[in-house]
Amino acid sequence: MSKNTLMGWVDKRFPATKMFKEHMSEYYAPKNLNFWYFFGVFSMIVLVNQLLTGIWLTMFYEPSADGAFDAVQYIMYDVEYGAILRYLHSTGASAFFVVVYLHMFRGLMYGSYKPPRELVWIIGMFIYLVLMAEAFFGYLLPWGQMSYWGAQVIFNLASAIPVYGADLLDWVRGDFLISGATLNRYFALHVVALPVILLGLVVAHIIALHEVGSNNPDGVEIKANKDENGIPRDGIPFHPYYSVHDLQGIVLFLFVFIAVTFFFPDGGGYFLEKPNFEPANGLKTPEHIAPVWYFTPFYAILRAVPDKLLGVVAMGGAIACLFLLPWLDRSPVKSMRYKGFLSKVGLTVFCVCFVILGFCGVKSPDAYFLPGLTWKITGQICTVLYFLWFITMPFISKAEKTTTPPTRLTVSH
Amino acid sequence: MEKSMKKTLISKLQVICGVVGLAFGLAATQSQAAGGHNVDLQKAPINLEDKASLQRGARLFTDYCMGCHSVNYIRYERLTTDLSIPEELVKQEFIFNDKDIFAQMRISTPAEYGKKWFGTTPPDLTLATRWRSPDWVYSYLLGFYEDSSRPYGVNNSVFPNVGMPHIMANMQASVSDEEFKSAMGDLTNFLTYTADPDKLERENIGRWILIFLAILFIPVWFLNREYWKNVH
Repeated sequence: MSKNTLMGWVDKRFPATKMFKEHMSEYYAPKNLNFWYFFGVFSMIVLVNQLLTGIWLTMFYEPSADGAFDAVQYIMYDVEYGAILRYLHSTGASAFFVVVYLHMFRGLMYGSYKPPRELVWIIGMFIYLVLMAEAFFGYLLPWGQMSYWGAQVIFNLASAIPVYGADLLDWVRGDFLISGATLNRYFALHVVALPVILLGLVVAHIIALHEVGSNNPDGVEIKANKDENGIPRDGIPFHPYYSVHDLQGIVLFLFVFIAVTFFFPDGGGYFLEKPNFEPANGLKTPEHIAPVWYFTPFYAILRAVPDKLLGVVAMGGAIACLFLLPWLDRSPVKSMRYKGFLSKVGLTVFCVCFVILGFCGVKSPDAYFLPGLTWKITGQICTVLYFLWFITMPFISKAEKTTTPPTRLTVSH
Repeated sequence: MEKSMKKTLISKLQVICGVVGLAFGLAATQSQAAGGHNVDLQKAPINLEDKASLQRGARLFTDYCMGCHSVNYIRYERLTTDLSIPEELVKQEFIFNDKDIFAQMRISTPAEYGKKWFGTTPPDLTLATRWRSPDWVYSYLLGFYEDSSRPYGVNNSVFPNVGMPHIMANMQASVSDEEFKSAMGDLTNFLTYTADPDKLERENIGRWILIFLAILFIPVWFLNREYWKNVH
C-alpha cells in the first residue's frame, strides 16, 4: 500500500486501490450467475448512453413553447449526426425500460428481494420510480402532439385528488394550462434534478448489493460457506471473471441496441409515437392518446377502475405493492427453482397479465381483444389478477410445499 | 446436476418463448386494428435510392405544393447533395425568389391567408409521412373525387371533407392513370425522404457498427473462455 509509486501516493490520500478491491477484484460473486444477470450491467450501459447523448442534445435544444419543436428538428436536420444522437437518446429510453423490466423479472424469479437484500430491492424500486418520472418529463421536451396531450392526461389525474386537486395542478404546471412555463420546469427536472437523484440511487443500489453480496439462481447464500481465508467457496472475484463475462453480454446487447436504433428508431410507432411528429397544438386533440409503451400497463390499470380517484389509487398501488415484496413473500426459499407449483403459476400469471395490460393501455377500451372480450374487460381481469398475486403471496408462499435448496451451488460452468 | 441444468434451461426457454409469443400475438391483433380506419390504403412505391424518382418528386413538390405547403426543415442545398441536382438547376428551377441556396424550403404565403382560403392553415409537410404514413400520403394524393357539395367541387376518400382543392386535377386530366400514379409515387417518395433524409446514411453507418461489434465479439468470447476454463 505504501509503495513508492504513483498509486501508492494516491492510495495514501484516496482509497482507490481499496475501493477497487472491495467492489471489483475482491468482490466475490456466485459462480453460477446466468443470462438473466446481464440486465443489471446493461442498464448501466444505457444509463451512460442517456447521460452522454443527453448532454449533447442539451447543447442544441431550446426549452420554449415556440422553439422546442423546431429545436428538435434542428437537431434532426441540421446538426451533424444529430439524428443519430437523438435516436440514441429516444430509443435509449425504451431500451432502459426493456432492460430494467427484465432485471426486475430476474429479481422476482430468484427472490433477490428477500432478506438480506430488502434494501437492494427497495433502492432499486426508487430507481424505477425516478426513471419513470425522468421518462415522463423527458417526453414533454420534443413538444409534439403526444408530448402535450400525454402530459395533459397525466395532469388531469392530479385533479382527481379531492379538495386540493385543482390548486395542486396549477402549482405543478406553473400555469393554468400546459405552456412554456411547464416546459421549462420539466427541462430543469429532466436534465438536472432527476439525473442527479438517479445517479445517487444507482450508487446506493450497488453499495447495498456489495454489502450483502449477489444472489444467484439457486438462492444459496455463498457467504455461509467460506474457506480458511474467508473467501466464499462458491464465489469468484468479480474482476476479472465477471468483467470479461459481462463484456460478452455488453457486445451482444450493443448489437441489438444499435440495430434497433439505426434501422427501426421509432420502433414501429411505439418508441416514437406518430402524433409526436406534429407540433403540440392545445386546440387539436389527437384521435387517440396513448402513453409510451413502458407506461401502458399502469395506464391500463388506471382505466380499468371506473372511478377516477380510485383509478389513480389503483395505479399508485400497483407500483407501491412492489415495494412490499420482501415482506409479502414468506417462503423459506428464495429461488423459483425450489418454490412450489402455485408460486410458479403465480409469477407466470402475473407476468403475462403485465404484458397484456401493456397492450390494453394502447387499445381503445371498446375494441375486441378476443371475440366477445373487449380490451376494457381484459384490462379489468388482468388488473384483478395483478393484485391477486400480491394478496395471495403471503399465504401461498407460507403454506406451499417447497423443495430443499442445496447448500452449495448446483451448476457451474 | 446435468439434469437440473437442462430442466432450468428448458423452463427458461419456455418463459422467453411464452412472453415473446404472447407479445407477437398481441402485436398482430394491434396491426389489424391499426390498419383499419375504414379505408384501405394503397402501398406507396418507396425507394429512397431511386434518385431520379426523388428528383421528379422534388420538382412536383416545388411546382404544385409549395404554393401553400412548406418543407421547413429541408434546405435547398440538400437537393444538390442528397438528390444530386446541380446547384445551378436548383437555383433556376426550384428557388422562385431570391432566396439563398442554404435557405430552408419555406413558403411566402402568410399563414393567415391559408386559413382564410381553405379554412385551415396548410401544414408543413416535412414530417407528413411520419405522422401519417407514406401509404396514407400516397392514397390521399390518389384519393380525390368529384363532389359538388364541397366548396372546391372535390372530396377525398382518405381524408373526408378535406379543405384542400385538387391541385393536380389538370395534370391528372392530361396524363394516363399509370403516369399519374407514378408521379404521385415520386411525390410520396420525396416526402418520405424529407421526413428522414439521413436514413440511408444512418443505415450505412449502422451496418459498419454492427460489423465491428460482430468482429469484436470474437476476441471477447475467447477472452471469457480463457478466464473461465479453469473455474469449476
